[in-house]
Amino acid sequence: MQEKEGKEHWDTVIHAKKHKLSFNFSEIWRYRDLILQFAKRDIATVYNQTILGPLWFLIQPILTTLLFMVVFGGIANIKTDPVPSILFYLSGLTIWNYFTNSFTSTANTFVVNAAIFGKVYFPRLVTPLSKVISGLFIFSVQMLLFLAIFIYFMIFKGLTFHFTPYFLLIPYLILMMGAMGLGGGIIISSLTTKYRDLSYLVTFGVQLLMYVTPVIYPMSLLTGKKRLLILANPMSAVVEDFRYAFFPVGAFNWTHLIYSTVFTIIALLLGILLFNKIERNFMDTV
Amino acid sequence: MSEIVIKVEDLSKQYRLGQIGTGTLTHDINRWWHKVRGKENPYLKIGEINTHDTKSESKYVWALKDISFDVKKGTSLGIIGKNGAGKSTLLKILSRVTGPTTGAFKVKGRIASLLEVGTGFHPELTGRENIFMNGAILGMTRAEIKKKFDEIVAFSGIERYIETPAKRYSSGMYVRLAFAVAAHLDSEILIADEVLAVGDAEFQKKCLGKMKDVTTEGRTVLFVSHSMPAVRSFCTDAIMLKNGMISMNGKAEDVITKYMSPGNEGDENCKVYTPELTIHNKVKFYSFSVNKPGETSGGSSIPIDSPMELTADLEVIELPPNTRYDITLFFKDDEGQILFVVGSGVHDEDIIKRGRQSIICHIPANLFNSGIFYIDLMIVENRRSALFRENDIVRFVMIDSQLNLGRWMARAPGPLKPFFKWSSTFPVYQ
Repeated sequence: MQEKEGKEHWDTVIHAKKHKLSFNFSEIWRYRDLILQFAKRDIATVYNQTILGPLWFLIQPILTTLLFMVVFGGIANIKTDPVPSILFYLSGLTIWNYFTNSFTSTANTFVVNAAIFGKVYFPRLVTPLSKVISGLFIFSVQMLLFLAIFIYFMIFKGLTFHFTPYFLLIPYLILMMGAMGLGGGIIISSLTTKYRDLSYLVTFGVQLLMYVTPVIYPMSLLTGKKRLLILANPMSAVVEDFRYAFFPVGAFNWTHLIYSTVFTIIALLLGILLFNKIERNFMDTV
Repeated sequence: MSEIVIKVEDLSKQYRLGQIGTGTLTHDINRWWHKVRGKENPYLKIGEINTHDTKSESKYVWALKDISFDVKKGTSLGIIGKNGAGKSTLLKILSRVTGPTTGAFKVKGRIASLLEVGTGFHPELTGRENIFMNGAILGMTRAEIKKKFDEIVAFSGIERYIETPAKRYSSGMYVRLAFAVAAHLDSEILIADEVLAVGDAEFQKKCLGKMKDVTTEGRTVLFVSHSMPAVRSFCTDAIMLKNGMISMNGKAEDVITKYMSPGNEGDENCKVYTPELTIHNKVKFYSFSVNKPGETSGGSSIPIDSPMELTADLEVIELPPNTRYDITLFFKDDEGQILFVVGSGVHDEDIIKRGRQSIICHIPANLFNSGIFYIDLMIVENRRSALFRENDIVRFVMIDSQLNLGRWMARAPGPLKPFFKWSSTFPVYQ
């Protein structure tokens, strides 16, 4: 207690004007238990009072895949050869769903959590982070479904699995999808605290985005300007490379992957910056 | 013990009135344009002090204006002031729910806030899961909660229901569990806002006791309440806020006395309670007031030798057969001690009928001693179940005019001072 005046140690100092880049990672680390608690709560309560419970995590991709097989495979006649169409759509959907999930569930962070944010302080970034983690759980369940069908095809349909070093990139691709969803989500959530206009764009925007990502068609179908357009979408390389790890057909392109990585980092940094700026006073405008 | 743990420096908070829409965009752009050119925010120069009743010229008001104070370690600081004085805004800023517009504050140690207990309780989760959830929100780690888990459950008194989803809890159980979690926080500074407004009397006592323990452990408490008895029994120091500024800062006893003194802040409108609420679609409760007979809302205090009328203005929306409603009043002294309870249920005939009416309780002269009194009001159905209960709905001040005249030297002890007849008889001894 012998500190000198002016050099005293204060645990928390709040100034009306703060430095824009003062970001407290250690504080988030201190609240890591809360992140897990939130994630657990999200998973435990999503399908409460339903009969099928967590099976709903699987029903959604199964039905969507079947629909895609009928509409895009059957009617539009998009060739997915040599990949079996069910595995083609399911692989694309699984990784794409993780992005959608991370993005849409974080895009409304401030609005949805206004009640709790209005009463108690914790680093606000805890909530979107927990969403990405609970999304990871859902992703894992869907991934298991994909693997089960993949193994079924290996045993009964003579599908061969060629192990390539690219297979090891999978965790990185998943991380990127999560980070991209998180970055985009918190940017939107920060921009919509005061003016809600953008939030109306989110739901159908994500749907539209899927059509400019090679989820329902292979990259190899595209040429020229169309190909460039699709490649400009940073999600394209991730979805394509994710599929490439299982079915090494087509070409792996490092440039595309690096482009996506750079984009992800920028989106995430921008998101954190905006989020950090908004979280102080959003209670007054939300 | 004299170490300063909270230092607030020129803290201000500005709010914008009205709705957010396209109109606010021009202000935002203007603000941004000033910032780009390196100029000051133009809207900080305007803005008025925060008085609710006067129509303001400006769209910006200062909920807090240049607040500065220090809190020493181990103090329990009461923050008092009438509605809208800025109490809650101050707590919100200190608990970091929102940021200040200008100024700064510094804190030593961890702050936990009980701005409203039960934050983050999820109805689908069990009591056990909610303890962990709520604890984590309040900043405890899993290990800390585990260590205190049994203590928390014991304090809440709901051991039997700990594996039941919270949605099956009664509101009382909900609050008890929530307060139990919050009370076991290990933070150095605790911020509480009207947490005591809930729960039964026994649990309230438990809470106050726990809060007292907290201060004796050398922790610091900031406490906002409208209940002067609670502030008095619990706080060592107090701050009185008025229109977003500090109007007095000192020992709790002195600040409360000033606040309560006739003609001052705390005395305004305290004799009238106007909730205008509908209770279970059965009764609409307009107001309750304490007055001298024939007076509507006169002087702030009542002479002890004057009779009084307590009037409840309410409307019975429906009155099914074999149903009766009654009003029960709990009279309390300024320490919260119940003096006596009266109720319209003492009459055999129904006092409260269908439709809008004024129900009057007649209090004879010469019952109370001089002092400050509180009333809790309960609306009772069929003399059994309470439809509605609200504590401290009105406060009234009794004055001893004889004391004022200087006829007596001191106030007689005790809350009551009934006037009993005395006489003498002289037996005839023959």
